[in-house]
Amino acid sequence: MATSRVAIVGIHEYPSRHTHGTVTPLHIKAHSAARALEDAGLTWKDVDALYDDGDGILWPGLHMPEYFGLDELKVVDTTTVGGSSFEFQVAHAARALGTGAASVALLSYGAVAKSGASDIGTGARYSELGPPNPISNMEDCWGTTLVADYAQVARRYMHQHGTTSEQLAEIAVTARHHAVRNPDAVKAIEDLGLRHGPNEITVDQVLSSTMIADPLHHLECCMISDGGGAVILAREDVARGCRTDPVWVLGTGEATGHRTNGGDITVTAATRSGPAAFGQAGVTPADIDVAMVYDSFTITVMSALEDLGFCAKGEGGGLVENGGLNFDTPGLALNTDGGGLSSNHPGQRGIFLLIEATRQLRGQSTAQVPDARLAIAHGTGGTLNRRYASGTVVLGRD
Amino acid sequence: MADTPDVTDTTAAPEEPRRVLPRFPEPDTEPFWEATKEHELRFQVCDACEGVVFYPRAHCTHCTSTELSWRTSAGTGTIYSFSVVRRSLHPSFLDLVPYVVSWVDVDEGFRLMTHIVDVDPDDPHSGLEIGARVIVSWIDRGTVNLPGFRIDR
Ligand SMILES: [Zn+2]
Repeated sequence: MATSRVAIVGIHEYPSRHTHGTVTPLHIKAHSAARALEDAGLTWKDVDALYDDGDGILWPGLHMPEYFGLDELKVVDTTTVGGSSFEFQVAHAARALGTGAASVALLSYGAVAKSGASDIGTGARYSELGPPNPISNMEDCWGTTLVADYAQVARRYMHQHGTTSEQLAEIAVTARHHAVRNPDAVKAIEDLGLRHGPNEITVDQVLSSTMIADPLHHLECCMISDGGGAVILAREDVARGCRTDPVWVLGTGEATGHRTNGGDITVTAATRSGPAAFGQAGVTPADIDVAMVYDSFTITVMSALEDLGFCAKGEGGGLVENGGLNFDTPGLALNTDGGGLSSNHPGQRGIFLLIEATRQLRGQSTAQVPDARLAIAHGTGGTLNRRYASGTVVLGRD
Repeated sequence: MADTPDVTDTTAAPEEPRRVLPRFPEPDTEPFWEATKEHELRFQVCDACEGVVFYPRAHCTHCTSTELSWRTSAGTGTIYSFSVVRRSLHPSFLDLVPYVVSWVDVDEGFRLMTHIVDVDPDDPHSGLEIGARVIVSWIDRGTVNLPGFRIDR
């Protein structure tokens, strides 16, 4: 089957991180979708492929076409793999558009984790109220939290690879270094009352913040915010007529992982999604200018960078030390919008990775890497310590 | 459809916080929890390939067999990793903070989520560390009992 190239042609990030109960996830999705279509120079009528992970409503494949007012859909995809849903959806959209099944895809996301007091991040609690299943029956009684799950990975990491808390803290410091340059992130930090205001932070400040679940400190955990956004993808013939410069989907990779008897929880499914995406794109990690890597916690980034091949396993510390991944130091730049640690995290942040990577390749980031040509968006959904998904997308410009 | 079972332990004394306990009917895990009433830590072995299956399921995850047998563990193992939960918003766990959640590699070849009990996580000499040998220490809850582990000194 002949395939066409596929590009991201429209993006929008919903600006508010604290909506005070005035909007719903559906409202955020539709608002963002309309702005992203405007960005591309397209309209609702052009959309014939819809991707939705079901935030804010059950059975999204039934409800969202109606809510948006989309009457001519040829593809509907409700892939739900937590925060990596959007990287998986881009992979599916690239295939659907590339093979001619459809021509314009809409991905959108909206959540009100802050206003709705959701149980994510540092607010995590487990209260499974659905029917019992073997997993909930074996795990819920232990009262582990999302932070404690990732903390068990961090603990094992330190034991096995010699990674230090100082090295993990550097990831939070870099995120804040970028957030202070992003007006939406600065407003988020102020609106949500994050520590140390809209200022840069130090490794010492990260390590002296409250221990939430050993060895993870408060400033190593993502914020809990409202927010959302939308991404429009188009087949090459449509993309060439859009208002924006196309940001090409060069490669994608999808993988899932789960803890196993005797398995190594420090190794993630990025070891499979990364090579698949880089291989398809015909590039290597050394070629990448900007890495947008899901930062639910500092350890999420450390494990992903290593498993994607930006350095050898256990050597991520050397990569992140001394601002090594700041936008204004040579080489790779990390999470240039401020990330989930310092810009926004409504629960499933994968769409923001795509949006900021696109901004970088358009030259529109608030922490712009000079002449950025290649970027990745790497989502980690679910819970690294238990069951999760890894989705990698390689993006490039003309 | 049966009434939705209560998510909490109704046998606890009124002044004791209500704990989250497994709920039934749930056919995969019910034999595991039934055995905890006798302080038996059970796991499954495949009749065809002798692979260890855990958490409990009705199929072998190593081969395509659906014939599994239950075995009883000696209840000893090693801490694979752990964390100290210092902040929990769940009403059933608020009073336990700080508590130690852990994956324990049980000697028969399966990894179990559990609590490390009878340990002060802030005592540097507690012996709480990856690789520490642990032994099952039952947390009795009436309807079923929870297999916690303690440091085996
Ligand atoms: Zn078998």
